[in-house]
Amino acid sequence: MLGHMISRFGSAIVKQLAKEGYLSAYGTRNLQRSYGQYLRSSPMVQRQTRTSQESLFLRNHKFCTSSSEKGDEETEKITIVFVDKDGEEIPVKVPIGMSVLEAAHENDIDLEGACEASLACSTCHVIVMDTEYYNKLEEPTDEENDMLDLAFGLTETSRLGCQVIAKPELDGVRLAIPSATRNFAVDGFVPKPH
Amino acid sequence: MSRYLARFLVSRYFSSASSRPLHVCIVGSGPAGFYTADKLLKAHGEARIDIIDRLPTPFGLVRSGVAPDHPDTKNAINQFSLVAQHKRCSFYGNVKLGSDLLLSELRDLYHVVVLAYGAESDKDLGIPGERLSGIYSAREFVWWYNGHPDYSSLKPDLKRSDTAVILGQGNVALDVARILLRPTTELASTDIARHALSALEESSIRKVYLIGRRGPVQAALTAKELREVLGIKNLHVRIKETDLNVTPADEEEMKNSRARKRIYELLSKAAAAAGTSEADPDQRELHFVFFRQPDQFLESDERRGQVSGVNLEKTILESVESGKQIAVGTGEFEDLSCSMVLKAIGYKSVPINGLPFDHKKGIVPNVSGRVVSQTSGGISQNEPGLYVCGWLKRGPVGIIGTNLYCAEETVGSISEDIAEGVCTSVKAGSKGLMELLEKRNVKKVDFSGWEKIDAKEKQMGSERNKDREKLVSWEDLLAAAAS
Repeated sequence: MLGHMISRFGSAIVKQLAKEGYLSAYGTRNLQRSYGQYLRSSPMVQRQTRTSQESLFLRNHKFCTSSSEKGDEETEKITIVFVDKDGEEIPVKVPIGMSVLEAAHENDIDLEGACEASLACSTCHVIVMDTEYYNKLEEPTDEENDMLDLAFGLTETSRLGCQVIAKPELDGVRLAIPSATRNFAVDGFVPKPH
Repeated sequence: MSRYLARFLVSRYFSSASSRPLHVCIVGSGPAGFYTADKLLKAHGEARIDIIDRLPTPFGLVRSGVAPDHPDTKNAINQFSLVAQHKRCSFYGNVKLGSDLLLSELRDLYHVVVLAYGAESDKDLGIPGERLSGIYSAREFVWWYNGHPDYSSLKPDLKRSDTAVILGQGNVALDVARILLRPTTELASTDIARHALSALEESSIRKVYLIGRRGPVQAALTAKELREVLGIKNLHVRIKETDLNVTPADEEEMKNSRARKRIYELLSKAAAAAGTSEADPDQRELHFVFFRQPDQFLESDERRGQVSGVNLEKTILESVESGKQIAVGTGEFEDLSCSMVLKAIGYKSVPINGLPFDHKKGIVPNVSGRVVSQTSGGISQNEPGLYVCGWLKRGPVGIIGTNLYCAEETVGSISEDIAEGVCTSVKAGSKGLMELLEKRNVKKVDFSGWEKIDAKEKQMGSERNKDREKLVSWEDLLAAAAS
C-alpha cells in the first residue's frame, strides 16, 4: 500500500517532467554547445578524461590509481543525481573521468550494464532530465545510437550510462533510470519490438 | 547518500526479518529467468529462489542463441553468474518440467512459480513443400552452430550449391547469413561449435538471399547488425535501387521511428556502395530481396525430397491502420534456385500440461506477468502464484535487455500479490524439490556442476586458440558436470 503510494507519487513527477518538455531536446541542442569552449580552457581535464576512458576498456579499472599521479585532481568530483523509478533523487559524488555506469555501480544504484561497457546492449540507458545538461554532452557515436535505438523507453535526451563520462560542467546533472513499472503504468509507452 | 543507505538498510532488515521464507521457483535460466531472480532477490529479502532448466547448462539463448562472433553480448553471463551464486539463489540444470516433474507439483512446492522457458519451437509458413530436406528453421541452424546438445547432429548440407535462401529479415536472419558468409578464419577463435566450423570451412555457399515480405523501411533487423555485415571483408551487399523508393506511408513510419529511419539510411548507403566494388574470385554476396513472399518450395528433379528453390510472389504494401503497412500478394511469381533454405520467421513457445496457452499467439495468456486462465463460463481468472516472463509472456521479440523491463513488470505483479497476502501458506520449497528429484532419480546439475563444464570447455578452447570449445552432447555435458 505504502509502496503503491510512493510509486504513484514518483509517476506524477515523471509526468510533470514530460510536460515541462525535457523530452524534446533535439531542436535546441546545437544552439547551446559549450563543450568546445571548455576544452580550450582546461586541457588537463580533457587528458584525464581520455585516460579514464582508456582504462575503462581495459577492465578492472581503478580511477584512483590512474589519477593519483596528477596530484590535486584526484579529489575533483562532481555531483550526479540519479532519479530512480519512484522519483527519488539520489545524489552521488563522482570523480571526473568516471563513467555514469561505473558511478552507479560504485554507489549501489540499480543500473544494469549487461555487456560491461562494450556497446553491445542498451541496459545502462539513462535519460538526461534537463536539456541544458544534455547539450553539454558530446554527440553519441553511431555505435551508441545503434544501441539507443533498442533502448526501452527511448527519449530525445537518452544516453548510455557507459558512454557518459563525468566532467565539471555536468555537476548537478539529473539522470532518470527508465523503469518498466513506471513506463507501463503511466507514460503509456509501448516498447519497440526491436 | 547516507539517508538513502539508511533507508535501504532499514527496508532490507524489515523485509528479511519480518516474514517466513518466500519460496520461488523460476523455470528457465535465460535472461528472463535471471533478471526475474535478480529483481526478486533485491525486492524480497525473504525470497529463496531455485532456477531450474531442462539443459545441464544455464543462460538460455545467451549460450545457444547469441552468435559466436558476438562475444561482447555474452558478457551478460557474468552478471547472471553472480545472481546464481547469491546465497538465496540456486541453479538446478537437467531438470525437465513436464517429464521429471509436473507444473502442479511445482505449484504445490513453491509460493511463486515463474515460467521463463522461452520459445523452443518455430512458426510454420504453412506452404507446400515445407517438409523437403534442406529446409531448416533458423533456430535449428543457430542451435547447431552454437553446439546445443539437441541439434549438434543436424549436419546441414552446405556443399550442394553456392546459394542459400533465408526467409525473414530480422536479426536472426542476419545472424545466420553472417555465419554462412563470414570468412571462417574470423570464426575460428570464437566459441562456435567445432562441427559447425568444419562444415563452414568446406561450405560452397557464396550467395545468400534474405527475403522480406515488406520493404527496407519495415525490415526487422537492427542497425548494429546491419552495420556489422556491411563491414565484413569480401562481402558484397546487393540491394535493388528500385526497392529503396519510399511512399508517403513509408515516410510516416520513418518519422515515427528513429530506428527505422537509421536502418533505411544504412541500407541506402549500402546500395549506393554496391555498384562500385570490383569483382573478386572469393567474393561473397548478400542479397536483400524486398517485397517477396514465399508461395511454395520447389523439389529437385534429380534428388527427390530435396529442396531446389523457392517460388516467390511479389508483394505490395497496403496501409491497414495508422502507421502500419502489410504486404499483399500481386499474383506475380518468380523462382529462386537454392540448395538450402533457412526459415527465420519467428520462434514459438511450447505449451506444457496444466498451463493455459494461447496457441494463436504462441504465448501464455497473462496480465502484467500474472497467468490468466478461462473458466468454463468464459470468465478469465488469475492462476494464483503462477507468473510468466520473457518470450513465453510477450512473444519472441526484443533483445536481452528487454527482459530487464519484462522482469521488472512481472516482479512488480508478484510484489503486489505478496502484499495482498496470497503467499502465506507453508510450502516445502527447495527441500521438497530435492526430495522429489531424488525419488525420481533425476541427476540434477547444480551451479558447481556447471562450473566444471565451464572450466572444461574453457580448457578445451585454450588448446585450440578459441574462447571456448563447447561440449555438444548430453553425455559429455553430464559427464563433465559429474567429474
